[in-house]
Amino acid sequence: MLSLLKSPRIHKAGKNVTVFGTNLSDTRYKSWLAGVKMAPPDAILGITEAFLKDENPRKVNLGVGAYRDDDNKPWVLPSVKEAEKRVITQRMNKEYAPIHGLTAFYNKSIELALGPDAEILMNKRNATVQSLSGTGALRIGAAFLGLFWKGERMVYLPTPTWPNHRPIFMHSGLKVANYSYYDPNTRALNEQGLHESLCKIPEKSIVLLHACAHNPTGVDPTEDQWCEISCIMKERHLYPFFDLAYLGFASGNINKDALALRIFAADGHQFCLAQSYAKNMGLYGERVGSLTIVCSTKDEAERVHSNLKTIIRPMYSNPPVHGARIALEIFKDDKLFCLWLEDLKVMANRTIAMRKQLTEKLISLGSTHSWEHITNQIGMFSYTGLKAEQVARLTKEYSIYMTKDGALL
Amino acid sequence: MSVFESVEKGPAIEVFALNRAFLDDTATKKANLAIGAYRTNEGKPWVFPVVRKTEIKIASDETINHEYLPVLGNDAFTKAAVGLLLGENSAAIAEKRAIGIQTLSGTGALRIGAQFLRVILDRRVAYYSNPTWENHHKVFLDAGFETLRSYRYWDQEKRKIDFEGLLADLEAAPEGAVIILHACAHNPTGYDPTQEQWKQIADVMERKKLYPFLDSAYQGFASGDPGKDAWAVRYFVDRGFELFVAQSFAKNFGLYCERVGNLTVVQRNAASSEAVASQFTLLVRGMYSNPPAFGSRIVATILNTPELRKEWMECIETMSGRIIKMRKALFERLTELQTPGTWDHIVSQIGMFSYTGLNEKQVRVLIDEFHIYLLKSGRINMCGLNENNVDYVAQAIHTAVTKA
Repeated sequence: MLSLLKSPRIHKAGKNVTVFGTNLSDTRYKSWLAGVKMAPPDAILGITEAFLKDENPRKVNLGVGAYRDDDNKPWVLPSVKEAEKRVITQRMNKEYAPIHGLTAFYNKSIELALGPDAEILMNKRNATVQSLSGTGALRIGAAFLGLFWKGERMVYLPTPTWPNHRPIFMHSGLKVANYSYYDPNTRALNEQGLHESLCKIPEKSIVLLHACAHNPTGVDPTEDQWCEISCIMKERHLYPFFDLAYLGFASGNINKDALALRIFAADGHQFCLAQSYAKNMGLYGERVGSLTIVCSTKDEAERVHSNLKTIIRPMYSNPPVHGARIALEIFKDDKLFCLWLEDLKVMANRTIAMRKQLTEKLISLGSTHSWEHITNQIGMFSYTGLKAEQVARLTKEYSIYMTKDGALL
Repeated sequence: MSVFESVEKGPAIEVFALNRAFLDDTATKKANLAIGAYRTNEGKPWVFPVVRKTEIKIASDETINHEYLPVLGNDAFTKAAVGLLLGENSAAIAEKRAIGIQTLSGTGALRIGAQFLRVILDRRVAYYSNPTWENHHKVFLDAGFETLRSYRYWDQEKRKIDFEGLLADLEAAPEGAVIILHACAHNPTGYDPTQEQWKQIADVMERKKLYPFLDSAYQGFASGDPGKDAWAVRYFVDRGFELFVAQSFAKNFGLYCERVGNLTVVQRNAASSEAVASQFTLLVRGMYSNPPAFGSRIVATILNTPELRKEWMECIETMSGRIIKMRKALFERLTELQTPGTWDHIVSQIGMFSYTGLNEKQVRVLIDEFHIYLLKSGRINMCGLNENNVDYVAQAIHTAVTKA
């Protein structure tokens, strides 16, 4: 684990990482921290840093994963604004939440994802906890699997995937590998490659799936393709770990975005599900999310739940409540919930409209390339198909910032 | 056949189990002396007026949104937190040797710090006091520490610090071991080393090259004076130690559920700052990406606005004052009742907790017969005492001691 977080630079011969100070009053202070290596900058956050420093008035940041309105400003959803107002007005106390968080919040959260009539929920086969947004959910789930998974201790990630998936699983003591997903030639799903990967992956391995609005490509399987994936994974005893960061944000319709989950649930899979409310409620910085582990029985779910708490307590004891309280206000009031659904449509529609406009503009400017992938893809991100040198040129000459793999927001 | 069939139920945590039992208890006369949260004289949780009005202001401020904080947190907050801890005139701050990393309250700071020590500095051995906050062990264990030991601290018989034992255990610790120290208001005993004792602890740690990791959960809450409560931390910094301090703002701001914390890292040289910060960035990113915004904004606003800061100082004086009053009241009642044993420790201890010295049998009497909930170690939360129940509690202790 030591090597995972260090930068790839090689230690100079004779230089120790841990330098014990010999004499604290020595004027030439030796520091225990002197040997700490500079970690590589975050691929995504580094771009925003560079963008902020750029003085070009026409600069554009297409790098970071947050919604922006037509004036390129962050958008506090009207439903969220109203919900927060209600939370504040209630003048609730600030006592510790339970380790597992706000029960009312996470019960609604999983219901949203699986549907209120889901058999899993009827039979209470879910072990659900509040989490620190999507990252926190992934980490708790990974930690749980790290402790209890009896199968292959390997997590397969799609190529490409959100860069943070890798360290999350590795910090939890699991190994990471990849499966084919995106076809750069068609800029669509590499269906054959995906099937081949799934058939080659050893049984009882863990497979991470983006439930909708794949990050960073924007390429999602169709309903039929999801059925096929579910089938293969069932046959080969592969364990699904779903990352659901865009529920409702992708198409503007929650049930539509939850399709993959519902197919897998109906097919009888047991799976992990990490849910984030960062994007779909615009609650980014409040860290609102939930983790669900689907179990075979209610009793098992209770046992698993108790172990999730054992993981959370030595990590941060109990979660922050403000964001969860806001989400709960929205969940428990029909009118406010409907308003939220409208806000989701605003975001999804603007994103879809931008896809259309970009494609139309490129065509009207005389581009002979095929740009239909931009409108075929879904969600916040698009894999443009631009190469690293082209991206670099966009940044250098036009102050347009995006990740070097060609993904843009 | 389920993959998780063989998963067994996780262990219950004593303090939460007690809380549950207290809530379910239908007795008319009961008291909760178990939990570690402040209560008013009416036995209620207290949201400081200054916190309430600040949160209202922040929530209605149109210029504030819910965007991600930087990975290492809200700058205005971390700067204020480090300043509060080390003192605004600290040389470490002036020389840019102190970094602040926003964390999920004290637990999060301990965890991130422990993880850094384990993964980046390859530390494997950590010590905590016997007794200590029950979560210290698990935090360091889950962070990957292979060897966890305790150093002697509480002398149950004499009801004071076993200082010779403490020094001897530190003397025997291997070079590079991480030593978890309570900055003030030791949890659970309420006994802090004197300044002279702190100096001796520092002497051993310097000589044996031990790494100080201070847990500061009660700054300001203990004595009412943040400077006074930070004396030990500042002493270690002035002596030139490199150290970590886990700061919690749960108690001293009453912001328990918003998880406001800070890890202060004091280095010997400012030059290592960038590299150290970059490694913490990776650790945080892989755990929860970035910390929660709301609570940190409240604390930052209060600490950075003079009138609000003044109001906050009054709140912590109120809390610490009430606790000291309750200590005195309990001590006086027990003295009046002529309860066998010495009870001075109740007034010489400091902070939220008191190690009463009651044994398990006596604790059971309190719980079963009097519906007074406390940990089996005999730890009580002084905040659970108030003018309405202190007589009842004193009487119960008297009964338990004379009976059992």
